[in-house]
Amino acid sequence: MTARPASAQATVADDRVPARLPRLLPDGFSDKPTCLADHLARYGQPVAPAQSSRRREEFIAEVEIAGLAGRGGAGFPTARKLAAVASRRHAIVIGNGTEGEPASTKDKVLLGRSPHLVLDGAVAAAEIVGATEAIIVAHPAVSDIVAAAVSERRRARLDRARLSVVPAADEFVAGEASAVVHWIERGIPTPKPPGRRLSESGLHGRPTLLQNVETLAHLALITPYGADWFSAVGTVAEPGSMLVTLAGAVRYPGVYEVAIGTPVGEVLSLGGGTSGPPGALLVGGYFGTWVDSVRAAGVPLSAAGLQQVGVGVGAGLIAALPANACGLAETARIARYLASSSAGQCGPCVFGLDAIAGQVERLADGRGPDMARLHRWLGQVGSGRGACKHPDGTVRMIASALALFSREIDHHVRGWCSGSASRAGLLPVPAWSLR
Amino acid sequence: MKLSINMTACEGRGLCAEVLPELITLDDWGFPMLAGGVPPGLEGPAREAVRLCPRLALKLLAHTRSR
Repeated sequence: MTARPASAQATVADDRVPARLPRLLPDGFSDKPTCLADHLARYGQPVAPAQSSRRREEFIAEVEIAGLAGRGGAGFPTARKLAAVASRRHAIVIGNGTEGEPASTKDKVLLGRSPHLVLDGAVAAAEIVGATEAIIVAHPAVSDIVAAAVSERRRARLDRARLSVVPAADEFVAGEASAVVHWIERGIPTPKPPGRRLSESGLHGRPTLLQNVETLAHLALITPYGADWFSAVGTVAEPGSMLVTLAGAVRYPGVYEVAIGTPVGEVLSLGGGTSGPPGALLVGGYFGTWVDSVRAAGVPLSAAGLQQVGVGVGAGLIAALPANACGLAETARIARYLASSSAGQCGPCVFGLDAIAGQVERLADGRGPDMARLHRWLGQVGSGRGACKHPDGTVRMIASALALFSREIDHHVRGWCSGSASRAGLLPVPAWSLR
Repeated sequence: MKLSINMTACEGRGLCAEVLPELITLDDWGFPMLAGGVPPGLEGPAREAVRLCPRLALKLLAHTRSR
């Protein structure tokens, strides 16, 4: 452990430091964005700029001690990204609030309710890596709110770094890191072929720090309040809180802020529990993993906890199916949506996902799927061959469905379905992807 | 040495798999799938496969590198 840097001292009165959850979202019900005055009253003034390189190193050390990891799905240690970009000149910061995942709303809710916290984080990140500019790519549903918050700060002359907002492309693959850069550069929301790291050569060839907007919001609080405050909740290995989207058969679907490590069943009960007897959960997102809800109930919502049941945290989505829904029908709809969401750049993704989705649809409809071909295709398409991980994530989700719903598959092969719920589908996919 | 394919450039012409069947097979849609590293004895054919790719999609890398 490094010695605690001076920056760890809280710079605001202790009664202003949020001692309990929520940290990121407004405390109590609110459907309006928190204005700058209310934001400053809650969190205090943003910390002084990190003018010297030594001070920047202290900030990075503090983030490392805090153990902050990315909240966009990959969970990469934030301090390492900061350090990689801080060592280079002409850096730029991008806050990624694209959130193309149809069932996930946590980034939209965060940007819509607490835009200034994300902007504080973007400014703090810019200070830390020595950037003078930060761009927030925000889902079109909330980009106006973020732009208004930026104007509010400009009028108050709050920030040295120049902030701007780019409405995101509303597409599934648009949130992938290189696709975000591609979108800002050329208005094309598709991933770029693997090349140099963004931290070396990103937006217009500049060293680029790209962080999910929730990660920036946490960063905004670590800089003034310190690592000890941050890690007062969460697990030792994975400190802090996280935003979770509860979707599907939950009494009160929505976004909740929980301590990392909270058992999955407890997280679901924040949303009033499942409506009706619980069936399967899709955890992590549409690239996530299907898991039995009874098996998952006691498992801590953390990377280490979920790993015990073969699941990843992903971007913090838990979608619940009731026991009387057909998991294969839901999987088929999501598979078709993901196949249709291919950027269309790589052959195995274009042809492979379409063919795989077709077989999953045959399986769901009881039209005699060729299971041997389906399994062979999953192996061929999901083996890391594309420019991005779209085929890999899609294959992972489908493979987990085939494993969890094996009894239901037997039923479907024999021509009947045990699901009595509406076939309309519980998990959201855009209407254009429906057959 | 390691082979790498830029799948966004590849159109599945399949020449690489003909020149280097030991390391490159085609999936059900005709797009190449790579075995891991290139053993020393196959470096010559690997270079030939790279040279023949009409889409310049195939590369031979000295070491592994990812974004």
